[in-house]
This record gives sequence, structure tokens and C-alpha cells, in this order.
Amino acid sequence: MKSVIPREVETLWTLFTAPVVWALHFIICYATVAVFCAKRLPASFSFDTVRIVLVVVTLAALAMIVLSAYLAWRQWGFGAKDAPHDEPTRSSRTLFQGFATLLLSGLSFVSVVYAAIPLIFIAECQP
Amino acid sequence: MSVELGNFSPEERAAQEKRLRDTWETPKGWRYWTSVNNSEIGLWYGVTAFVFMLFAGVLGLLIRLQLVVPNNDFMSAELFNQVFTLHGTVMMFLFAVPIFEAIAIFLLPSMLGARELPFPRLSAFGYWSFLLGGIFVCGSIFFNAAPNAGWFMYPPLATDKEYAGIGADIWLLGLSFIEVASIAAAVEIIVGIMKCRAPGMRINMMPMFAWYLLIVAGMILFAFPPLIAGDILFEMERMFNWPFFDPSRGGDPLLWQHLFWIFGHPEVYIVFLPAIALMAMIVPTFSQRPIVGYSWIVLAAVGTGFLSFGLWVHHMFATGLPQISLAFFSAASEAVAIPTGVQIFVFIATMLAGRVIFSVPMLFGAGGLIIFVIGGLTGVMVALVPFDWQAHDTYFIVAHLHYVLIGGMFFPIVAGIYYYFPFVTGKKLSDTWGKVAFWLMFTGFNTAFFPMHFSGLRGMPRRVFTYPEEFGWDIFNLISTIGAFIFAAGVATFVIDIFRPKPKPAERNLNPWNSGTLEWTNDPDESWGMRSVPIITSRYPLWDQPNLQADIEAGRFYLPDAKSGRRETLVTSVLDAKPIQCLRVGGVSYVTIIAALSLGGVFIALTFHWWIPTIICAIITFIAIIYWLWTGTAQIPEAAETDVGLGLSLPVYVSGPASVGWWAMFITMVGDGTAFASLIFGYFFYWTVHDDYTGVSAGPGVFWPMVALLLYLAAWGLTMLARQLNEKGPTGCRFALVAAAAVTIAASLAGLAGPYLTGMDPTSNVYPATVWVIALWTVVHGVVGVVMQLYCLARSLTGNMTGEYDQDIRNVTLYWHFMAFTAVVTFGVLGLFPLVAS
Repeated sequence: MKSVIPREVETLWTLFTAPVVWALHFIICYATVAVFCAKRLPASFSFDTVRIVLVVVTLAALAMIVLSAYLAWRQWGFGAKDAPHDEPTRSSRTLFQGFATLLLSGLSFVSVVYAAIPLIFIAECQP
Repeated sequence: MSVELGNFSPEERAAQEKRLRDTWETPKGWRYWTSVNNSEIGLWYGVTAFVFMLFAGVLGLLIRLQLVVPNNDFMSAELFNQVFTLHGTVMMFLFAVPIFEAIAIFLLPSMLGARELPFPRLSAFGYWSFLLGGIFVCGSIFFNAAPNAGWFMYPPLATDKEYAGIGADIWLLGLSFIEVASIAAAVEIIVGIMKCRAPGMRINMMPMFAWYLLIVAGMILFAFPPLIAGDILFEMERMFNWPFFDPSRGGDPLLWQHLFWIFGHPEVYIVFLPAIALMAMIVPTFSQRPIVGYSWIVLAAVGTGFLSFGLWVHHMFATGLPQISLAFFSAASEAVAIPTGVQIFVFIATMLAGRVIFSVPMLFGAGGLIIFVIGGLTGVMVALVPFDWQAHDTYFIVAHLHYVLIGGMFFPIVAGIYYYFPFVTGKKLSDTWGKVAFWLMFTGFNTAFFPMHFSGLRGMPRRVFTYPEEFGWDIFNLISTIGAFIFAAGVATFVIDIFRPKPKPAERNLNPWNSGTLEWTNDPDESWGMRSVPIITSRYPLWDQPNLQADIEAGRFYLPDAKSGRRETLVTSVLDAKPIQCLRVGGVSYVTIIAALSLGGVFIALTFHWWIPTIICAIITFIAIIYWLWTGTAQIPEAAETDVGLGLSLPVYVSGPASVGWWAMFITMVGDGTAFASLIFGYFFYWTVHDDYTGVSAGPGVFWPMVALLLYLAAWGLTMLARQLNEKGPTGCRFALVAAAAVTIAASLAGLAGPYLTGMDPTSNVYPATVWVIALWTVVHGVVGVVMQLYCLARSLTGNMTGEYDQDIRNVTLYWHFMAFTAVVTFGVLGLFPLVAS
């Protein structure tokens, strides 16, 4: 049976998945409110709508980070072995990548939550 | 990897060493300056940056002298403006960033077990560019022509020709030139770390320094290009009156602030992370154990690298942006404290877990961390919008940034110099002098900068050249000035210690601190770097791999010889560092100096609007670069493979994604793409600030942009076709290249036809100015694309490019992928967005 979860891949790029999600989330939040507050486009479209949309974007971003964290956890062998992962072997290198990616997913998760806090408390543009 | 190590008789070894020595020899006499070896370039780079630092330090002392008492007339207001602007500019652009490039170029090859970084001539080019640009910028103050609008050059002050004269142009052009050098260094460092590690040095075994530098070089690629884009807009306004920052014609000074700080905030981390990287090398050595939490350091480096790009608006809290925008940046500014803190806890944990040896490098490191933590705490304070509104533009900020930069960057750099001095010269600096220097610097620093928190909270603004008595700022300023001179005495002690004559140590000891990392196997008296390139099986090979030093010196590992008489180093795979290529790198050359000096000539001549010398210098630069590429890159080897020792034969010539050149092109184009994205950001930024941005004048229309787009895409297709045909034989490829060049020229003309034929006047309003600048950007890239196509044609006609040896056309095709993307965005936006907007 084919799994919906991506296969394990041999690349350095996966390390950056979660921070890239953070960056995209950040840019979307910033650009959306910047354009909304500057242009005040259609009156029917309120700031609350913007907040709701961005909360949905935030949840999507968090979901992607959780997925990245799960894949990293798998790459880390579900935590079967302890750090420091400094053996001169391919498996040790893979475990290191998994662990580092997992840590970065954690940091990115927290940072996305941080960035979303203003959406809860700030209810208008207040230029 | 279990391979039988080489075994050579003393005679064979002597013969090998002679060949290696001849191949890697540093030229004598005045030709010494044509050297491109990483140890020379790194040393020159470091010394030059250090001298610029001393110069800027003297400027700092002049500032303190002027402010020592109220109503002082030591300096005029105008001179004071030049002095503080140059102080900040030189410290940031000519010291903080270049010193880390210097350290990286010097240390990385040895640390990674490479003979050389992949593009030594590029390093040399970067150095000469930096030297010339730096002298140009620093020298301006002796002609009363230094920039005087503050190191971040805010318009409208800095665009005002009455106030900011030639100094602003010197800043813009001189520093753009140096930014080019930084991007060159970033390319070198990324490719070096990814592809030139010793066999077996998998990514989980890279020295911490390499991890940090990899991230920092990546940050440079995304941070410096927005400033280059900003510089272009700024200089177009100053030189040709294109109103990007002039509100009366639709411009907006805030765009400069955005572009400057998208560069400026990551830059703080670009200077901070390498300094922490030095600490990550020093702390394990003096704790005599591996670092605790290697993966956590990677988390911290990567995390800081990303988050630092979400902070730029915290320099703009007082500009009237919507509250919610400020809040996003405030949140990110608080979040970045997490990875920053992780590093500090890792160091503390490492020290607790080991047995700490209190040496001078540790003293500077620990002192720096204390200072940095104080700066970090005030950073958390000013990251809060309400507090920032109170403290903005006061001496509180001056105190904060000096605590961060001197604690986070300067002290660790001094620690690093004490630590690596024996690596460079074979001699140690004095412990006694070091301790004196440290205590002078530490107490002097705190005496100078701590009172600034109070003068700031009492309302003293930054950058005032004097102040009246009754405000109660005098006592703090007096203490600050006294402290500044104590600090300077400490720096002077340190400098004297470096230059005073020191006896050669009685016995040869390459590793005086008993460090564990690979660089300490190198003999400073030999210019070949590694005697042979070892197989690595540990993060701290000198601690864990018995007999490593002796085996390296006996030439028992890879590349123990230089039979070809060419400078060679190993290229290995990214993740597991398996040997894949024997790379021949460039040797001694004049062409780098000529290219750098003539490019410098372009920038300098532009500053003074000397058009003819500009064109002459540009032509010389062009010829030099083409000559450099033609004679130094993609050389067809005499045999496809070469013996690298230990029974392994590796290819000499590799093309496509496996080659270092392809990666260099890719990385350069990512940086280039970031600059382009910044210009596009500018287009949409103006759209948000105007009710009818695209309606103020006629646009470029739809027709010509679409024609240009289709032609560029056709040229892209033809270039790819040429690459494919080249594999079958030269003829079809040559025809395709000629056709591609012709189509590109047509595309470029069509690209300009839109704004030209509709009579868009770039001086009339910011909309036509933006359209012109984006179209010109793309067309200039198209012209470069034509040069590349014709270059490939010439290489093919002269037999330098064949179906088998096709590096040139593969790299050019990669350029064209980016070119096609640029064209799609440019002409899509210029041609179609006005329809959407209206």
C-alpha cells in the first residue's frame, strides 16, 4: 500500500523546511495586513475577516510544521538513540539530521505562534 | 571507510614535498601581492579590516572628545556629522563583515581539511575590491567629503544635495562595491563548506565554525542584495533625478528604510554568528571536551539565520506603520531570543561538563558573553513597541547596540585572535599582556557605555554634536568619555602585543592549546595547507584519531603529491563527504587585481560623474573578467582522471550540478534574484501607498512587454537547445547559440520599447521611474546573457567546449533559467499589473 506520508529523502534541504514555513507565514501575515491597511479595499471586507483568514493560514502553517516534525522524528528513528550522533556512519548522520530538523520544527512552531498572537489582540489597523 | 594508508620512503616524501612546495609556493618580492593562496588573502583581509577598525575607533574617540563637556567646540557640527557617520559605516561595512570573511578564508580550508577553497582567485578579487573601496570611503574624510547623514543614510536628508554632497555618493558607490566583494565571499564559503570537506567529514561531523559560516554566507545572499537594490534606486535619484524617495513626485523615503533594514537587521546576526562560531571552537578546547549539544548549536545557527529576517521593522517602530505590523515584528524580535539563548546555555553546559582552563581567549570570550547578555536584555526591552517609542533615537539605543556588537562580536574576535595567533604565526601572544588588555577593555567598555543607558533615558538624542548644561547629561558624558579612553588603552595594549617582537618557541608545537579540530595539524611555515588530505572519523579528530598528525605529515592520505604541477584539492559529496573530484584551482595571477582595480575605477569615476573614465574602466573590467574566465575556468584536462592516492582515481573535469562552478552560478543567481525581488517589492510598495499608482502616467502598455517576454522565453529555449545539441556535436549547438543571441538582443530592445515608445519620463513621477528601473534591470541581464551565449560560441569554435567537456554551456543554461524567471516576473508585472490595478 502506498503511504501518503512522503518517503525519506537524502538531502540537506529538509533541514530548512520548518523555518521556510515560518518565513512564508510571516510574509503572508505581514503583506496581507500591510496591503489591507494601506488600501482599505472593499468596505464589505472587514479587518475581522483578515484576522480570520490569517488564523486559518496560521493553522495551516502549524500543520505543515507538525508534519515536518513528524518526518524529522521518523528520520531520528523516533528517538531510539540518544545524541550526540557523532559516529562516522551514514545512520548517525541521518539521525543527526532528523534530530536537528526536529529541533528546528519546534522553534518554528513557537515562532509561528508568537507571530499569530497579535491577530488575537489587535482588532484594527490603527495607523 | 577502510583503506590502506600510503607508505612512502623518506626519499619519496622529500620529492613529494618539493613538488608540493613548488606548486603552492608564494611568490617572492613585489609579486607576493599576486598571491591568491587562502592563507595570504585571509591574512591581508584580516589585517586590513583590523586597520579600518582602528581608524574607526579613533573616530569614536573623537566623538567622545567632542561630547566630554557641554557646549564643546572641539569639532564643528558638520565635521561631527561626518565623523559619526564614518565611524558607524566603517565599523559595520569595513570591519565587522570583512573580518569574518577574512577569518573564514583563512581558517576554513584547514578546518575542513581542504588544500584551498574552490575559487581562490575570487577571494583575491574580493580582497582587492574591499581594499580599494575601503580606502576610498575612509579617505573621503580627509577631503571634508565624507558621508554625513548617518550610517543608514536616510532620505530625504541623504538625497538632499545641498546637505549631503559627494559624501553620500561615496557611501553608496563605495559600499556597493564592497557588497559585491561580500557576495563573492559568500559564494566561496558556501561552495567550500558544502563540497570541499575532507573525506569522511559528514555533515554531522563538520566543525561548528563551518556550520555557522554556512548559515551566515546564506544570510549574506538574502541580506545584501536588498541593499544593493536600494543603492541603485538611491543613486539613480542622486545622479539622474529619478524620484524614488521624493514624496512630491510620488516617491517615499520609507522604501529606503525597508530596504536598508531588510539588509541591516540580518547584518547584525551576520556579524554576530561568526563571532559566536569562534566561541564554539574555543570553549570546547578550553573545556577539553566535545561541545555539549552539537545539534542544538545547529538549531541555534539555522534558527537565528531565519528569524533575523523577520526583525527589520523593529528599526522602524516610530514611522507610523499599522500597529499590527509592528506587533508581528515585535513578536519575531522576542522569538529570536530563543535560539540566541540556546547558544549561550550550550557554552555554559560545555564548561560545566568539562574542566575549564582559564586562559586569555576564555577571558575575552566570557567577558564578551556577559556584555552581550546585557545588550540582549536591553534588546528584549526595545523590541517592545511602547518602550521603543520612548527610547527610540536616544543614547539608550547607542548603549544597546554597542553592548550587542562589542560583546557579541568584538570581544569574541579578540578571543579568536589570541586563540588562533599560534596557528597563523607559530607563536603565542603574551598571557600577561592579554590579561591587562582584557581588564582595561572590559572595565573601559562598561564605564563608557553603561552610563549611556541613563543619558538616553534622560532624553539625550543620538547624533547631537553638543548639548546644553542644564539637562543633566554632562556627568554621564564625562564618565563615558573617560571609559572610552580606558577601553582604547586596552585595545592599544592588545595591538602592541601583536606587533612586539616575539621569540620563536624553542620546540615546534603545532597544537599549543591541545585542540581537537583539524586546522591545528597545519604547519604555518608551509603554504600547502594539509600535507595530505586525511580521512576523518570524528568531530574532534586530533583528540580521537590516534597518529593523525604524523600520518598527515608523512603524506599517508589523499593528494600527498603534486605531480601535475597544478594546485589540486578534493571535492567531496555534500552529505557524506565521499571523494568525487580532484579539483584544480587557480594559482597566482595578476588578473584578479586588474579586474578589482578597474571595477573599483568604475565606481569611483561614477561618484564624480566622470563618464569617459567610467566607460574605460568598465571596458578594462570586462576584458579582465573574460580573460580570467577564458584562461582559468573549464580547462580541458590532459587526462580525464587523475590518481589522488590510496588507490583512488578521480575525474578532474566535472560539469553540471556536480561541479563547483555550477553551484557558484546558482548561489550568485539566488543573490541576484533577491535584489530583483527587492525592486519588485518597491513596485508594489509604491502601489500600496498611492491610490492610483499606475494611473499617473501612461504605462508601458501590454504589447511590447509581452513581445519581450515571448522573445526572452524563446532565447531561453534556444539556449537549452544549444546545450542539448552540444552533446551530439558542435555544429547545431553553434547555430542555436547564434540564434539565441540574436533573439535575446531583439528581446532586450522590445523590453525597452514599452516604456520608451509610450514616452514614460522617469524624472516625472515614481511610477515611470520604477518601470524603467525594472525594465533596465532585466535588459542588462539580457545583455549579460548575450555575452554568455557568445562566450560559449567562442569556446566551442576554439575547441575549449565539447560534448564531453561542457561546463560553460551548462552554467550558462543555469543562468538562463534565472533569466527566464526574471523576464516572466518583469514583463508580467509591468505589462499586466496595470490592468489588474485599474
